[in-house]
Amino acid sequence: MLFEAKVGLARATAVTSRTTGRGGGTTLPGRLLLRLQADALQRLVERLPKGAAVVSATNGKTTTAKMAASILSPPLRLCRNAAGANLASGVASAMLRGEDADLGLFEVDEAALPAVAEALAPRALVLGNLFRDQLDRYGELELIATGWRDLVARLGPATTLVSNADDPLVASIGRDRERHTWFGLDDPTAALPEMQHASDSKWCVRCGARYAYTAVYLGHLGDWRCPACGDARPQPSVTAREIQTDGLDAVGFRLCTPAGDVAVRLPLPGVYNVYNALAAAALALELGAGLEQVRAGLERFSAAFGRFERIDFGGGEAVLLLVKNPAGGNEVIRTLAADEAPKRMLIALNDRIADGRDVSWIWDVDFERLAPQIGSVICCGTRAAEMAMRLKYAGVALDRIEVRTDMDEALDRLAAAGGSSYLLATYTAMLDLRGRLEQRGLVLPFWQEAA
Amino acid sequence: MTRITVGHLYPEHLNIYADRGNIAALERRCAWRGIGFEAIAIGPGDALPDADLYYLGGGQDRDQLLIADDIARHAEPLRAAVDGGAGVLAVCGGYQLLGHYYRGHQGDEMRGIGLVDLVTEAGSRRMIGNIMLDCRLDGAAAQRLVGFENHAGRTFLGEGVQPLGQVVHGHGNNGEDGGEGVQQGSVIGTYVHGPLLPKNPWLSDWLIGRALERQGQNRQLPPLDDRLELEAQRVAAAIAAR
Repeated sequence: MLFEAKVGLARATAVTSRTTGRGGGTTLPGRLLLRLQADALQRLVERLPKGAAVVSATNGKTTTAKMAASILSPPLRLCRNAAGANLASGVASAMLRGEDADLGLFEVDEAALPAVAEALAPRALVLGNLFRDQLDRYGELELIATGWRDLVARLGPATTLVSNADDPLVASIGRDRERHTWFGLDDPTAALPEMQHASDSKWCVRCGARYAYTAVYLGHLGDWRCPACGDARPQPSVTAREIQTDGLDAVGFRLCTPAGDVAVRLPLPGVYNVYNALAAAALALELGAGLEQVRAGLERFSAAFGRFERIDFGGGEAVLLLVKNPAGGNEVIRTLAADEAPKRMLIALNDRIADGRDVSWIWDVDFERLAPQIGSVICCGTRAAEMAMRLKYAGVALDRIEVRTDMDEALDRLAAAGGSSYLLATYTAMLDLRGRLEQRGLVLPFWQEAA
Repeated sequence: MTRITVGHLYPEHLNIYADRGNIAALERRCAWRGIGFEAIAIGPGDALPDADLYYLGGGQDRDQLLIADDIARHAEPLRAAVDGGAGVLAVCGGYQLLGHYYRGHQGDEMRGIGLVDLVTEAGSRRMIGNIMLDCRLDGAAAQRLVGFENHAGRTFLGEGVQPLGQVVHGHGNNGEDGGEGVQQGSVIGTYVHGPLLPKNPWLSDWLIGRALERQGQNRQLPPLDDRLELEAQRVAAAIAAR
């Protein structure tokens, strides 16, 4: 069969998947095509006039890619795997849908990155961060880093790396590469008073000594150096200074780049979103965007699904927050805790494969910090009782904790209580929750939302 | 006030499977009963302080290698402490370090402290999943232990050394002999994390009781409201059984 015929066949399955309501055809068409044609990614990317750009990281892939899209489009027409299908099949499906696109902009799972990025030979590759995540699925952090290191060694000189200088493990990858843009924070006033307990990569990649930090911004990200061997943070050329939080609504900062400086008001809270914005800005500049275009794109950004997504619910506002690993969870909590008001919460913990079957990571999330602010909390999902127990040990009084394994029941209880609320959920739990909110007419399906 | 002390070995290196949850379980369950609790972090180069219980968690391979030489200093002091009635709880990588060695695929060996007669060898496939055991400590009635295991190492106990429990669902020490973990007096090693203690409150209380006993006190503890713990345990057991 000719490649064109295979493409046609694969596209037809997208229509079927969409009409049968099985998830919008974000993975199936690509999976079929890859089965028919092993080098389908190479062939599809050749059809994109401006090639592809790829974003990978443990945390912030979806948000960073969406920010970059907000900057680049318009004028560029993009094809994206915006609904989070970030394996080879999802990337292939996105290219099957986006036949009139100029550029492919893809987020890629960190374990799948070596194979996918090698096939795509992207113009630019963002390496955002590496945190411990779902050990039963990804294995140890070092394993992912080794995969990335080998990938970068294989990538041709046409690929520019865009890397987080503040992550010592990421900074150990492709250090001597010529085309390499580094981004990082440059604002000691935004630094944490001390390193968080669940920090990864505390020990020098080269010699094993403990890194010294002039400033720790998030987890193990910061201005680091090794006192023993002298290895130190690469000087970032794209940085954020004068970071100013504005409650849970926004964060302002001065974006400093080789193209000049500009003040940005990002309509999302949290230092972790400043990192996402820096990654997106550095990528967009690399792809030819102007500084004003970067500012405007970041300022008109709206949250990706389940990432500080706000909806009307129960007569108030509900904020949906995806939480899937300790580093991400701790940042969400740090951001929420900045507003000291008592909070009504729902926490949905699932242990399906995409969530990680091992739920021990919730003990590395600092719920202790949020505990004094939890007015009431409903725990739901496949591991609702585990979550409730975690909160008990974090210091939340038992009479404030309710266990409702069933998500519809949990939402009903939350709606009945009325007022504003925060909904924290793991990956499949977020999809479940959104599915139910969709049935209630409160949100759009995730693949429409994302488009 | 009565107070128990836990010596937490290498908390900055060995903490991969939410080991702080185990410390939190001991701390809270003491606090709820009015028992004082102190955890002392023991880092590389530190002397071994006196403690009722020593805790050794799991680390990434790289982090574990960083402390493997340092821990050799503690082999003799730890043995003396155990002879004096102190307990040891070692989870995952820490469990492997209790034995004689961990032998890698290339025959490379990482020495353990030899506190317990056991050895570990790298296996070809990782043993990952929810796990459930039946345990009988001190000849008591069988207790259910639930959690998650994720290890490539296959651990073999020496002649006459007792496992912590029998595998009901999951792989256990080596996927062959049906045993999981090790118990030798007040020394316990296991691959079960999740973390181990919060949803197995009986084991937390057993360790606290032993610590009190070392101080010449009654090891019987007043019961707590464990409904959430037991519900979390029930759910974990049902998932392990699937």
